[in-house]
Order: sequence, then structure tokens, then C-alpha cells
Amino acid sequence: MTQDKMKTVNQQGWELIFICWLIAMAALFGSLFFSEVMGLKPCVLCWWQRIFIYPLAVLFLVGLFPQEQKMDRSVVRYTLPLAVIGLGFAIYHYLVYSGFIPESLQPCSKDLSCAEINLELMGFVTIPMLSIFAYSAIIVLLLIYRKRSYQ
Amino acid sequence: MKKNMIVIATTITFVVIFVVAAVIYNNQKDKELSSASLKNIEHMQRDYSPMMGPPDAKVTIVEFFDPACGTCSAFYPFVKQLMEDNPGKVNLVLRYLPLHQNSDVIVSIFEAARLQNRFQETLERAYQTREAWIEHHVSRPEKLWGQLDGLGLDMEKLNEDLRSAEIAKRVKQDMLDAQQLNVTKTPGFFVNGKPLVNFGYQQLQQLVESEIANNY
Repeated sequence: MTQDKMKTVNQQGWELIFICWLIAMAALFGSLFFSEVMGLKPCVLCWWQRIFIYPLAVLFLVGLFPQEQKMDRSVVRYTLPLAVIGLGFAIYHYLVYSGFIPESLQPCSKDLSCAEINLELMGFVTIPMLSIFAYSAIIVLLLIYRKRSYQ
Repeated sequence: MKKNMIVIATTITFVVIFVVAAVIYNNQKDKELSSASLKNIEHMQRDYSPMMGPPDAKVTIVEFFDPACGTCSAFYPFVKQLMEDNPGKVNLVLRYLPLHQNSDVIVSIFEAARLQNRFQETLERAYQTREAWIEHHVSRPEKLWGQLDGLGLDMEKLNEDLRSAEIAKRVKQDMLDAQQLNVTKTPGFFVNGKPLVNFGYQQLQQLVESEIANNY
């Protein structure tokens, strides 16, 4: 690829999709660390959030290597819905966590409560908070990317 | 292409960070577990706890077990072999940690059988016939019942005893002790109060042998 074309690809927002991919990868490895290394069993709502973030790690990776020499605009079409639905679950989980939604209204089994707080990083950062942050950041970056690519 | 390299390097970085973090976390956890079990030494063994092997042995294996747990069943002959290989030096204290559904009834049957001096026979029969009384990871006490022929048990008395408050209290106490000692999976082994941190046959054997070397 010539220097010139490289520049256009970059202008089209390769780095935005790259950051999205980084966030999805961090979420993937982070959640696996919590469950497989630290032994914190994921509750039902955690699973729903995993379902929507794991494919993003793959989709963004594919998006980073467009077939033509220009960025693939349809990345947004395929990833934004996943991120929005995931954010919905993350917010719901956060509300259950902080007690705005009573536990009995949500679908977790008794022995694996979604409302139980089993990790607080630096005293206040909980897992649903990390999830909300990851999904929101991805959504914002995708919106910026879309705006840029239609200019 | 440069982008290939960035993506590959990032992926490798993620994997390396994950592995390094896991190693650090596990090391720290090992240390915590060891000190926690030394602090909670009184939870290790109760005067009612069933013991197998020579009572005056200087090396004691404490095993938290669930009869419905396949790994517990696989370890049982191995632990027995360890005791046979070191005659007079090693004994085994069994603690109940019935994690599977209805396993609390199964261990109550063991306790009731112990009142008739048939503890070991009943435990071994239960392990041998596991497939007959476990369905989809749920224990079926009524199916174990049919497997207990020929052990010389007074079944009527057994049925009465297994509902006793004393037995329920013991099972509950064992589960509380397991919690205090951070045992969340079965089998959970301790040798002279030291937890088996890296799980495996060989690791258990090494821990037992090092305790024998320390005490004999």
C-alpha cells in the first residue's frame, strides 16, 4: 500500500475501529480473567453481556482489514446493534446491582445472585460499571466513525 | 503491512498480560490460602469427624468431599493407597461438603451408617454405585437406598437416624467449616493443616510425602 492510500484509510477512521477492537478485547480477556482465574461465576445477566461483547472482538478485527483499500463503512451496521443491546443489559444489570430494580424481578437463580457485588476495584468500580463503560465507549466511537465516513 | 503487525502485536500483548496476571494472581491466592488455613486450624477437624486409618498417625489428610462428585470418587482409592504405602503414618479425616442437590441426604445416610459401624462400607458402596443413584448431577437418595443390601445395615434404624438433629448439625457444621477454610470445590484436601493448592494426584502425594518426612 502506498503512503498516500494509507493516509486515506487512516482518515476514514481505522484508528477508531482499532480502539473499539481494543475495548472489546479488554472486555473479553477481562471477563475471562474474572471467571476463569478469579473463579467469580458469571450470573445470568453477565452472560447476556458476554454474548454481545464477544462477537464484537471478532467483527471489529474483520473490520480492521477491509477488502478494498478503503475502510468498510458497513462495520457500523453490523456492530452498533450488538453494542446497543449489550449496553441495555449492562444498564439493567447496574440498576439491579445498585438496588433500583428489586432482585425478585430479574431472572437470576437464587444461588448465583446478580445483585451480589463480588468485586469492587479501587473501592467503587464494579463489573457492570466496566461493562457500561465499554459498551458506551464503543457506541460513541462508532457514531463518530459513521459521521466521519459520510462526510 | 504495518497494520497486520499492530494487530498481531496487540493480540500477543493481551494474551501475555492475561497469562502473567493469572500467574501473579494464583501465587498471591496460594499464599493467602495457606495463611488462612493456619489461622482457621480449629475448623480443620471436629471431634465427631469420621477418621480412617491409624488414629495415632502423625500425618492427617483432611478431605472435604461430596459423594456425588466424580473426582472425589476417583481420589478415594488413591488416598487409600497412600495410607497403605505408608503404614501407620497416615490417616484420613472425612468432612462433608454436599454441594450437589440432595447430597446432604446422602452424607446423612453415611453418618447414620456410622452409628451402626458401617461407615466405610456404606461410603465405598455409594462410590461403587454412583451411576445408579445420580441423575443429571442430582443425588437420588431413594436410589442409593436400594444399593445398600448386604452391608448388614438395620435399614429401619438407618432411616430413623438419618433424620436426627445431631446428624443435621454435623453436616451443617462441616459446611460452615469448609466456608471458613475457603473450600469451595470438592474434593478439598489439607495435609496437617496445609491446603493442597495445586490440585492433582501427584501434588497430593508430594504434600503427604513431605509431611511424612517432616514428622518421622
